[in-house]
Amino acid sequence: MKYLEEKLVKFLMVFSVLLTLTPLILIIGITVVKGGGALINNPEILIKVPGPKYLLGGEGGFFHAIMGSFYMVLPATIIASLFAVATAIFLQLDYSSRIYAGYIRIILDILWGTPSIIYGVFILVILIFLQQRGCLLAGIFSLTLLEFPIITRYADEAISCVPKEIRENTYSMGATRWETSVIKIRYALPGIIAGILIGLGRGLGDAAAVIFTTGTGNSLPGGLLQSATALPVIIYQQANSFYVSVRDQAYAASFLLIVLFFIINVISRHFYAKFSKYVKG
Amino acid sequence: MKNRIYSRLLKDHMASHILNLFAFLIVLFFFLILVMLITKSVPVIRKNSIAELIFSSKWDTDAKQFGFFPAIIGTLEVTLLSMLFAIPVSMLTAIYISEYASSSIKTSISAFIDVLSGIPSVVFGLCALLYLVPAVSMVMKKIFSIQTTGMCVITASLTLSVMTLPVIISLIVESLQLVPKELREVSLSLGATKWQSVKKILFRAAGPGIISAILLGFGRAFGETMAVAMIIGSKNKIPVSVFSAGETLPSLIVNSFGEMMSVPLQQSALIFVALILFIIVMVTNSVAKMINIRLSQKWRY
Amino acid sequence: MINPAEIKIRNLSIEYKKAKKGFVKAIENINLDIPRNKITMIIGPSGCGKSTLLKSINRLHDINEEVSVQGSLEINGEDIYYSGRPVPELRRRVGLIHQKPVPLPLSIFKNIAYGLKIHNNIHKDEVERRVIEALKKVHLWDEVKDRLDSPAIALSLGQQQRLSIARAIAIKPEVLLCDEITSALDPISSGKIEQLLVTLSEDYTIVWVSHILRQVRRMADYVVFLYMGRMVECGEKEQFFEDPQDSLTQNYIRGLFT
Repeated sequence: MKYLEEKLVKFLMVFSVLLTLTPLILIIGITVVKGGGALINNPEILIKVPGPKYLLGGEGGFFHAIMGSFYMVLPATIIASLFAVATAIFLQLDYSSRIYAGYIRIILDILWGTPSIIYGVFILVILIFLQQRGCLLAGIFSLTLLEFPIITRYADEAISCVPKEIRENTYSMGATRWETSVIKIRYALPGIIAGILIGLGRGLGDAAAVIFTTGTGNSLPGGLLQSATALPVIIYQQANSFYVSVRDQAYAASFLLIVLFFIINVISRHFYAKFSKYVKG
Repeated sequence: MKNRIYSRLLKDHMASHILNLFAFLIVLFFFLILVMLITKSVPVIRKNSIAELIFSSKWDTDAKQFGFFPAIIGTLEVTLLSMLFAIPVSMLTAIYISEYASSSIKTSISAFIDVLSGIPSVVFGLCALLYLVPAVSMVMKKIFSIQTTGMCVITASLTLSVMTLPVIISLIVESLQLVPKELREVSLSLGATKWQSVKKILFRAAGPGIISAILLGFGRAFGETMAVAMIIGSKNKIPVSVFSAGETLPSLIVNSFGEMMSVPLQQSALIFVALILFIIVMVTNSVAKMINIRLSQKWRY
Repeated sequence: MINPAEIKIRNLSIEYKKAKKGFVKAIENINLDIPRNKITMIIGPSGCGKSTLLKSINRLHDINEEVSVQGSLEINGEDIYYSGRPVPELRRRVGLIHQKPVPLPLSIFKNIAYGLKIHNNIHKDEVERRVIEALKKVHLWDEVKDRLDSPAIALSLGQQQRLSIARAIAIKPEVLLCDEITSALDPISSGKIEQLLVTLSEDYTIVWVSHILRQVRRMADYVVFLYMGRMVECGEKEQFFEDPQDSLTQNYIRGLFT
């Protein structure tokens, strides 16, 4: 009897694995075929900005969205990482008591679970309050808010995993809390960098946080207070277009996003190996 | 020598203050969001009572009637359905990866799933729009002879479940891997089959981790905005069946944003939706925390 | 050059605060004098508070909010718990070496330079000179001189432990605290460490926690026996092993419990 159950369950498991992998492989396949195809047909869309009748099937490409994503995600990730590492260090016992750190972790957990659209709405409310139109700077802030709890969580986890002997050792040599924290950051660096890259990925792929906050953005972002747009936003906006060429650009953009994701993954693995050589023998 | 130690201590002291400031900023930011969402929701709450906003289905922007009941029902339906697919599949897959698969398959599948858990939701939405929507429409027409565009609750649920699978699976695998090897060996040495030891021992030992993985997936599905907005059909009516178009709270914000943000009261209505979302996140988070504490006390090993 | 210390411990008690259980005493009312330039070894069954006592000499319990220390602990006549001097400065005078070697996530060279750099404003050449000096002192120089830039974690366990000692003595402390430093090592490496500590005891006051009686017979000048947080007996090695006063000590030495 129990062997029959074992067999049945095993069958169900293999079935679930297939059920998981098939759609995921399909999604990558579809994106590569559709988006790659669109790119091969018309590779200039990568380096051209929209022409006058772009959304009506006219000339142009989505270079503005590539640059927009780039200008928003990089600063956001840098700011969010600084905040996140500082917060993660603060949450350790060197600086805060267990109880205080516990309360802050609860808040961080809530922020981590907050849908990105709320950050978008929050920044939008501030924009309305300041009577300012959507702009690149607002997009950067939205993404910073979105990435911050994500990176903090990974950094906190990585720093909490530093063996307590490291901490005792630096203290016993007469290091201050700050000097000890620097060593802890060194030790946790592989985990922190992985977290930063995950945050970067989330920022790169998120449309909901920036769709309200960056304005219309149908040209290259000209400055911090000019409107801009991002890759996921144009995918969302153009996916349902009546014009084939506009839709094709959405496919191409989503292909580009997936490629970027794989690159981030490769970089992440590379850094992990590079920095963990001081941690693992 | 003397001076050096004091300058080091000063640096340490300053670092401590700066870090304190950072922590304070987080707390401030959290309450700022909360306060801002609440104050901005006040106009619409003054106009229609909270009960009216939540339980009424009337939606007439000109008459300034905002009932979010359809979107709330839609959110519940979509989230629960997607979890209905995702939970069993992800648990079985995770157990297979962690307990049954050979180590080479294990590393390759979990690396693949890790990569996938980062793919942006718009990509999922786009692919669903391309193929799943027509497929659902066709299947419904051919087999059940139901007319549907394919942009409906079930499509959104399916997409969300595929989207949340990698997230849930990788977290469950992680918590299963944390269970000490000895526990497995003890159970197997008593003559239990693999599945029996998974069922009786591992589920308990990894219980809190599994539950928080599922809750995280739930949160992702519930808060997902763009993919849903692309394929749910965006109709602000209570969905008659899972094959009719609907709306979820986040997709409602995105879809009505353009037309509504210009008028203060309508803007306030949408911010009220964001407030509901935020409150639900806080509540589920607290519940998750409580369950986690309870379980890890009860299922200690 | 280095002036090794004499340690005077008076009425020292250490408590741990446990959640929901109140306070648990780990060390109760210990009075002890630790002589200069000698190896004093602390023995006792596991859980008797050996490591807790050792860490209190470095004020390392300060970093743990659950631990409180009462009593007085003088090093060279200065009560470290009531001295107005900054704690890092006090800790610099007392080196601690852990049971398991702890390489910092840095290169071999930087591991040793670390302490020097945080404490002193000294020139690069001077740092290098002192690092080499420390490495030579622990007989590690010949083994690592052509890979000073490789990660410290790549060394063998025995080498890592000698590196830890080199790191501790590079900042010229007065006391060396050793917490079962040979127990993670193979016999050959621990032999090397033992020899090393004998030479180091010429310059330093060494306090060494161990649970290996044979090692204590080999190495100790003075022996302190702790049991359940209390000091049962202490004395010179010969007297301690040949003529123990307390029946607990007699049983422990005869191996009736470990």
